[in-house]
Amino acid sequence: MTEQAVDTETDVKEKNPHLDEVGDQYLTFNLAGEDYGIDILRVQEIRGWDDATRLPNAPDYVKGVVNIRGTIVPVYDLRQKFNLEFKDYDQNTVVIVIKVASKGNYKSVGIVVDGVSDVLHGAHIEITQSPDFGAEMITDAISGLATFDRKMVVLIDVDRLLVDSEEASNEDSAAEEGAEE
Amino acid sequence: MSIDMAQFHQVFFEESFEGLDIMESGLLNMQPGAVDSEEINSIFRAAHSIKGGAGTFGFMDISGFTHVMETLLDEMRDGRREVTAEAVDALLQSVDILRDMLTKSQDGQDIDKETAKQQQDILEAILANKTGADSSATADAPAPAASDSTAAQAITQEEQTGWKIVFRPHQNILRTGNDPYRILRELAELGDVEARCDTSLLPSLDAFEEEDFYLSWEVFLHTMVDRPVIDEIFEWVEDECDIAIVPIVSEVAVEAAAEPVAPVTPAQSAAEAAENKVSPIKPAAKAAAKKSSTASKGGGSIRVDTAKIDSLINMVGELVITQSMLGMLGEDFDMSRVEKLNEGLSQLERHTRELQESVMQIRMLPISFTFSRFPRLVHDLSLKMGKKIDLKMIGEDTEVDKTVIEKIGDPLVHLVRNSLDHGIEMPEDRVAAGKPETGTIKLIASHKGGNIVIEIHDDGKGLDRDRILSKAIEKGVISDAANMSDKQIYELIFEPGFSTADQISDVSGRGVGMDVVRRNIYELGGGIEIDSNPGQGSAIIIRLPLTLAILDGQSIRVGDETYIVPLVSIIESIQVKPEMVNMVAGKGETFKLRDEYLPVLRMHEVFGIPNPKSTRLEDGLLVVVEGDGGKCGLFVDELLGQHQVVIKSLETNYGKVEGASGATILGDGSVALILDVPDMMRLSRKIIPEHFLKSA
Amino acid sequence: MATILAVDDSASMRQMVSFTLKGAGYDVVEAVDGVDALNKAKGQSVNLVITDVNMPNMDGITLIAELRKLPAYKFTPLLMLTTESAPEKKAAGKAAGATGWIVKPFNPDQLLATVKKVAG
Repeated sequence: MTEQAVDTETDVKEKNPHLDEVGDQYLTFNLAGEDYGIDILRVQEIRGWDDATRLPNAPDYVKGVVNIRGTIVPVYDLRQKFNLEFKDYDQNTVVIVIKVASKGNYKSVGIVVDGVSDVLHGAHIEITQSPDFGAEMITDAISGLATFDRKMVVLIDVDRLLVDSEEASNEDSAAEEGAEE
Repeated sequence: MSIDMAQFHQVFFEESFEGLDIMESGLLNMQPGAVDSEEINSIFRAAHSIKGGAGTFGFMDISGFTHVMETLLDEMRDGRREVTAEAVDALLQSVDILRDMLTKSQDGQDIDKETAKQQQDILEAILANKTGADSSATADAPAPAASDSTAAQAITQEEQTGWKIVFRPHQNILRTGNDPYRILRELAELGDVEARCDTSLLPSLDAFEEEDFYLSWEVFLHTMVDRPVIDEIFEWVEDECDIAIVPIVSEVAVEAAAEPVAPVTPAQSAAEAAENKVSPIKPAAKAAAKKSSTASKGGGSIRVDTAKIDSLINMVGELVITQSMLGMLGEDFDMSRVEKLNEGLSQLERHTRELQESVMQIRMLPISFTFSRFPRLVHDLSLKMGKKIDLKMIGEDTEVDKTVIEKIGDPLVHLVRNSLDHGIEMPEDRVAAGKPETGTIKLIASHKGGNIVIEIHDDGKGLDRDRILSKAIEKGVISDAANMSDKQIYELIFEPGFSTADQISDVSGRGVGMDVVRRNIYELGGGIEIDSNPGQGSAIIIRLPLTLAILDGQSIRVGDETYIVPLVSIIESIQVKPEMVNMVAGKGETFKLRDEYLPVLRMHEVFGIPNPKSTRLEDGLLVVVEGDGGKCGLFVDELLGQHQVVIKSLETNYGKVEGASGATILGDGSVALILDVPDMMRLSRKIIPEHFLKSA
Repeated sequence: MATILAVDDSASMRQMVSFTLKGAGYDVVEAVDGVDALNKAKGQSVNLVITDVNMPNMDGITLIAELRKLPAYKFTPLLMLTTESAPEKKAAGKAAGATGWIVKPFNPDQLLATVKKVAG
């Protein structure tokens, strides 16, 4: 029943006219000791962790859904998604709500990370193409490597970050239906 | 300034589709030979509007096609042409084609020019086959009037350098709202002019009528322009003045005779030749256009009564007042003011509820929007099948949510076609059975207890119980008919893979089964029943929730989690007594409810909920629900309250969750899932397949 | 700037005309048929009337005749919007007192040019 959603595609595009562009500012966050950067134009908001409503029979990295100003948004734990060691949530735990392109539309999803840090400006960083590197599972989503202040920041393409979790959730339901018939 | 016309397209399409509906229902009501002038006029106006709008907004093919329809209608409304069944049918077919053209244009697709051309030829052939009266006057191309070029310049060789224009407005010219000075200004814009005013006709002051005009001019335009350019300036006033337009030539000895501007005539157009080959339009070409719901662009729009909007604005005003009152209270609050606070809060609740109901009301449309296609459908199909059928529609102004209107159309069409095809008998058979020759189909819509009820009754031959039974057994739908009531047998036709038609008639059998109809209705949150009286007829009863955005729900608690169960699906909630429960070997539990055995669904197991309060059935509650054609009992810890919840989509940002049809936001801001009862039913069948239940 | 009364039973045409004229700085009053238009013309002063011909309740030609009976509108430019280039419609309009006509379909620029000539 997509018509019940608050953010239709047109709403989203009107409120964020630059969604289709690639900006040159990156929000960096920390996950399991590594620094990652994502296009700031895709960041909707940053929240602390608050209880999510569990989705029955969902994969364990799907922590549940939360209410963001009237819209239902799923929250994914990136450590669990990429098979890193799970870290308990505390008052420093942060959920970044990002806009992810999916099937010609934009979805809002939340990702649990360890913490956020600076916003990097493209002009000040050096971006190179990266070979495989870093947490292996994230590799597919890597869009580049940035050096800043002698720190290495792995740039992530958010659209590729959660691709297989989407397919997985569709597969789950497809499998259910297949089994019935 | 260039204006983007696209912003007006949406309104144009909407009003054009409405116009088509007016045309169609008007044409259906027209009796050959009869001339209800107001009826024909409104059909004509609808066509005229569509033509005008199409031309203005750039849909030239549509404009041209509609023009021919309009011409035919114009002749009929003027009485110049008799209303014949042939013409009416041709116009009805044209309405279909026009609907298809509009739909395709709205969706940005190419229109089917060939079908349109064929139909246009048919219409033009009818136009040409008139009894008496000349046809040239109206069968025009919509070109603006061209001045007739009789301007034979009697001047040879010398070069023309301009025009001399004698302009004598009549005395009454001002009464047409035309201003002679404007005309002079326009002439001046063409180039180099000098003018001489002739005041000789000015009367003396006491004879002077201020509403009359007495001046005239000789204007010399020393710039070469084409004659039509000048004619155009005088186009509006040619009857209110005397004009002479004469070329100025260098080295001219003799002026050509002054030529008064001839009255402008439209290009004479010959009536389209009847020799145009008229190929019969294939029946399949009948446009299968859906009613405009702008599904492809998403969104869509609604026409709303301005009165409704006005009352909404008032309500919002009240809400704002209440809110600011509460705000002030909150500023220096102390316990002595708690009564005022309560008052304010209950006012707030009232206003919010009123606002909510009103907004919901806006999405409500009369079901006539869906029903309106049926007169035409029944008319055409009954002709096609050689049956005589009378359609009665009752309760057309029953209001229903917009989404329901959009989605209930196709299932209803299938059901009505079914009645037409398999229900109502051929006229001879009816007479033989002692029934009136004309069968009756009744479409009834009503509100009953928070639901919309739509009924389809026919007085046909009813359902053949034995045939359905044998077919069901043959197709493996059931193994035997033990304990099945007649009604349950009739409802077997909703099972997938079922069709008792001996051949798939192209009218109703084509792959769209009754099972799809039922599934569509379940998806809308409703239910469908069928009953029949052999030889007398059948009745199909569909129940639908009033609205799809808000749900009446029962909150339940399992462990620490809250879920919402749609009230419309709950039969009852019971306390389990151990003696009611049976184990089915290796599968699961069933419980006895009156004379049925129903499966038990342990919510905490099915949903993997940690820490349920009760694991023994007697400690919790069983909520008996109905969905997907069956019933089961949901084992929960406790019942919380009942309330209206706003349905929020899970699919927008996540996807389909097995067992949930959506989510809602509770008063504390947290999210609760809304149970999908058909899903739960399917789950329960996986645990305990249906046939185990019968033997319990 | 002049006030223009735009009369047409088609909402899309009204919107287009209204939008075009307002964009050029005119004030626009809309009416859905002749009866509505007559009421509005009586209620306020209008410098130009542009009316469709085929409308329910009161058609454009009758509207023009009725307007001419009002003292305030004896000399006001009254224009017909017509898709018909048939002479008898224009003649009927003129007989009723119409100033002139604009032939449909027209584009916004044509509309503006005509309005500018007549209403300034």
